[in-house]
Parts: sequence; structure tokens; C-alpha cells
Amino acid sequence: MGYIFDSTSAVDQGADPDGKKENFYADDYAKPVVADEYRSVYVYEAPIRLWHWVNVCAVITLMITGYLIGVPLPSANGEASEWFVMGYIRYAHFAAGYVFAVGILVRFWWGAVGNRFARQVFYLPIWSRRWTSELAYQLRWQTFLERKPLRYLGHNPLAHVAMTALFLYPALFMIATGFAMYSEAAGRDSWQHAIFYWVIDIWGNTIDVHLWHRMGMWTIACFVIVHVYAAVREDIMSGQSVIGVMFNGERLFKRKF
Amino acid sequence: MGDATFYDLFRRQGISRRSILKFCGLTAASLGLPPAAAAQIAQALETKPRIPVLWLHGLECTCCSESFIRSGHPLVKDVVLSMISLDYDDTIMAAAGHQAEAIIEEIVETYKGRYIVAVEGNPPLANDGMYCIVGGKPFVERLRYACRDAQAVIAWGSCASNGCVQAARPNPTQATPVHKVITDKPIVKVPGCPPIAEVMTGVISYILTFERLPELDRQGRPMMFYSQRIHDKCYRRAHFDAGQYVEKWDDENARKGFCLYKMGCKGPTTYNACSTVGWNDGISFPIKSGHGCIGCSEEGFWDKGPFYSRLTQVAGFGIEANADTIGRTAATGALAVAAVHGGLSAVKRLRDTRQRDKDEQG
Repeated sequence: MGYIFDSTSAVDQGADPDGKKENFYADDYAKPVVADEYRSVYVYEAPIRLWHWVNVCAVITLMITGYLIGVPLPSANGEASEWFVMGYIRYAHFAAGYVFAVGILVRFWWGAVGNRFARQVFYLPIWSRRWTSELAYQLRWQTFLERKPLRYLGHNPLAHVAMTALFLYPALFMIATGFAMYSEAAGRDSWQHAIFYWVIDIWGNTIDVHLWHRMGMWTIACFVIVHVYAAVREDIMSGQSVIGVMFNGERLFKRKF
Repeated sequence: MGDATFYDLFRRQGISRRSILKFCGLTAASLGLPPAAAAQIAQALETKPRIPVLWLHGLECTCCSESFIRSGHPLVKDVVLSMISLDYDDTIMAAAGHQAEAIIEEIVETYKGRYIVAVEGNPPLANDGMYCIVGGKPFVERLRYACRDAQAVIAWGSCASNGCVQAARPNPTQATPVHKVITDKPIVKVPGCPPIAEVMTGVISYILTFERLPELDRQGRPMMFYSQRIHDKCYRRAHFDAGQYVEKWDDENARKGFCLYKMGCKGPTTYNACSTVGWNDGISFPIKSGHGCIGCSEEGFWDKGPFYSRLTQVAGFGIEANADTIGRTAATGALAVAAVHGGLSAVKRLRDTRQRDKDEQG
């Protein structure tokens, strides 16, 4: 396919305001796209979209219940046998945690068998000079120093950083620390203990694991804020579908930019 | 000293056979062993020579010794002090000065590989160990010497196991737990500040009876006493699950004996036997007395404060900053950035649209 940028300055080309260069869709999801007219490309397959929305539910549940585990609700009155408030909160937390963990597993599997867009978030191509220069471009675009956005089939470099460093890696951290703490209650003969208990030993004292698990929650909370804001903003500002793509999978390039 | 069996020794001290067997039964029960083990323990006491034990004191407060000598059943106290051949323990031994110090050398030479070193406290390493001098020598040298030919090392208490108070930030004397100084000997950690008396005597009885160290967990603590958290066996656990907490020290809930989680109880993160074995002959333990667990048997517990708050303080972010303070600040910052950025984006979009309209008209 006609990816015809010269090797040095993809950024300028991508932002090419005159549209002198030939229109094309990039062969590579991570390369900028120039589109003169409405075009759409099927980017995110159904399992990715489903995973995304299941994740939304799981993460919201996990954050609310997790917050309440650290800072419990006002005390219930009456007999202990009549109440199970913390019990249900923890139950919801663990259930959502399982959904979240299984979701990540499925996501890894789909990263292996899905289309090329399914693999993008697993690592950051920090050694690629083109990628880093386009990351810098994206930062300039976000700070109003560039007039035109670069558009991508997959995640733009800045979004890519957010997905990987602020969501995926923290998510893996949350699963590891979460199951490690869960294993303490599940007991020494549980599979959770066999697989995850070593995580406790990184700190030596479980209370530190609780602390960093909570820090992880706040990291993901910050990600959610940035993610939702950026999706809405880019959907409006950069002439491509960013929200819709998570519903129908089609990346729509609205017009020449 | 000498090779007399425990049984001979007890009988010499006027303890009846009946009492000895009773002790064996109690010990077997407290170790969670089957009934037949009582006979095994009795057999061991009757036939096995006593193991010489050197009990060394480094940087510590002697609370482990204090706990140890209060071992719940009166008989246990007498027995255990005789059971092991406690040849050196500078706080409670009769000998003093050079006479006492000579014993260490004698044991190390005579019982190569057949004696146990019990360490209470830990060695400070800063300035060549000058912050703890015992018998005219830095404690760290004495510890290394005594452990050289030891069969095993017992690290009594949190000091020896994980540093405790003297190793808390900023640890000016560089107090270091025993396992980081003695790396070539099996070490049993019996953490706690102090450890429970029956846990201490239980560990020793086990080593004597079976002539091997008890099964240890990943951190080197005996599984039989440290495999579950205080929280797992806490009698107030039902209130935790129900969501019934003490909110203030003097409130109605405190009187009702609700869960102390909100008051900073560290039971959910502390491995120890307090909620099962109890203290002072099983009379009570902190939570039973209405005060949360401070997690004294856990790694670096002194730096995991505050004792009276559930969320741990995070150093470097100001006094009283915890994960929520930091997280809330970060999330508010993210929201503020999004709001300002969103405003600027709206302005830019407005200008761009106007420009485009102008371009299209012109």
C-alpha cells in the first residue's frame, strides 16, 4: 500500500496542510493518515470493543468498592448477624476483580490472534525515532503549538503512552497485588497463594501492598479522567471518530484536516 | 551444662512425673500435634541430652526475655528454662564479667555444630558496630563468632527478625536484622514485639523434640504460629464483615466491642498467633482489650504508621499524607488540567471555525 512518506519527516507530511501529497491510508496503524474525504476503516474488532466496555464496568465497580474497603461506610447498627455490608462490598470487589483479570487474559489472547490494532497497547516503541518525534508532535498539538493534528488508524503516540503506561501496566500491577492480598484470605493451599503470594515478599509487609494497590487505583482513576476527556476532545478536534470507534469499530476520518 | 537428660533434670528439681507428662500433653496441644505426640515429647525429654543455647542480647529492650519468662503455664516457665541448657544469657545468668564471657567460647569450642544461638535484638553496623558494645566488643563481632559453628539460629522478636524500632527511619546506627548478617545458617524468625511467650517456648520445644527446625514460611517464620493473620481468627471479625466499626475511642461502638479497623487496627496485615494463643496465659490480646493491633510482628512496622489510621502514611508527601491524599490531589489536578485544556480547546475550535468560514467566503 502506498505509504509514501520520505523517511525523515512524517510529521510534516502528515500535517501537510496543502494536501499536495497523494491521499492514502497508512499500511501501519501507528503511522499518520492523510484523508481528503470521509473514509472509514474497520479498526477494533468486536472482542476488543466488548472487552473495553466490560472493563469500564469492572473498573468502576473496583474503584468504588476498593475505595470503600480502605475508607468504610459509616457503621451499621444492630446485631452483626443482620448485616454483611463490608462482606458484600468485598464480594463485589473480588467478583469485579476476577472479571477484570479474566478480561485482561482474554485481551492478551486476542492480542495474539486479533488484527494488528489489537497488539498496539502491549508495548511502547520507545526506540523508534519516528514514534518519539510524533509523540513530541502530539504533545505540541495538545499544547496548541501545532495547528493540525496527525491522525492515526490506531492510537496516536500520546494515547498509546496513556493506554500502555497508565492503564495496561498498572492493570497488571493491580491484578498481581490484588490476587496476592486475596491469597492471604484464600489460604496457603489456594492456587492464588501458589501463583501470587510472592508479590507480598517484594515489600515484606502486606500493608505496603495495600498502600501500593491503592496508589494503583488512583493512577487508574487519573487515567480514566484523562482518557474520557481526551476521547471527547479528539473526537471533536481532530476530525476522526474516537468515541464511535469503540461502539462500531469503524475509525471514521471526517474530512481533510 | 552437662549431658543429663531433661527428665533427670526435672526430677532432680522435684517436679513429679505426672507434671512432666502434663506439660508434654499441653505442649503437644499448643503445637497442634496429634495426641500421640505427647508421648513422643515425653520420650524425647527422657532420653535426649539438652541442647546448649547461647542467648545473645544486641540492640534490644529485653521485652522478649520479659515475655519468655512469663510463659503462661507456670510449669512451662520452669521447664523451658531447664529444658534447654541455657548456658549463656547475660540478663538472667548468675555469672558475670570474664567468667560469663568465657562460657561463649567454651560452648562454641566444645559443642561445634551442636548448639543453638538465640538472638534477642540486632547488631548495628554503622561505624564498625560501635553503637552496641557487649563484653568490650562490638555486638556484631560477638554474633558472628557465636554463630560460626551453630546448628541453627533463632531470631527472637522483631529486632532480630526485621529490625524493629531501632531500624526505623532514619536508622542512624544502621541496625540490621540477624538474617542479613548471618547468611550461612538456618534461621528461625520469631517476630513480635515481643513474641508471645507460648510461641517462644513452643518453637524451642519443637526443635528439641523433633531435632529439626519447624516448617517455615517464605519469610522464615514457623508456619504453626505465623501462617494466619490476626484478622483471620479475630473474634471481632463478624463485626468487620457486617460493617460495624468503632468510630471513636469513646463511642457506643467501642463499648459494644465492634471491629477496630477504622481505628487503624493492623490485624488484617499481621501474621501472628495473638488471636488464637492470646497473651498472659491466654487471658487477652490487644484487640480483646479494645485497642487495635499495631502489627508489631511485621516487617518495618514502626514505619507503617500511623497506628490509629487504616491508610498508611506515605513518607515524602508531608505529614499525614496517605494514598488517598496523594491520589485525590493527582485526580483533582487531572480534572483541573482537563477543564482548562477543554476551555482552551473550545476557544481554539471557535477561532478555527470562524477562520474556515472566512476562508470559504473569501
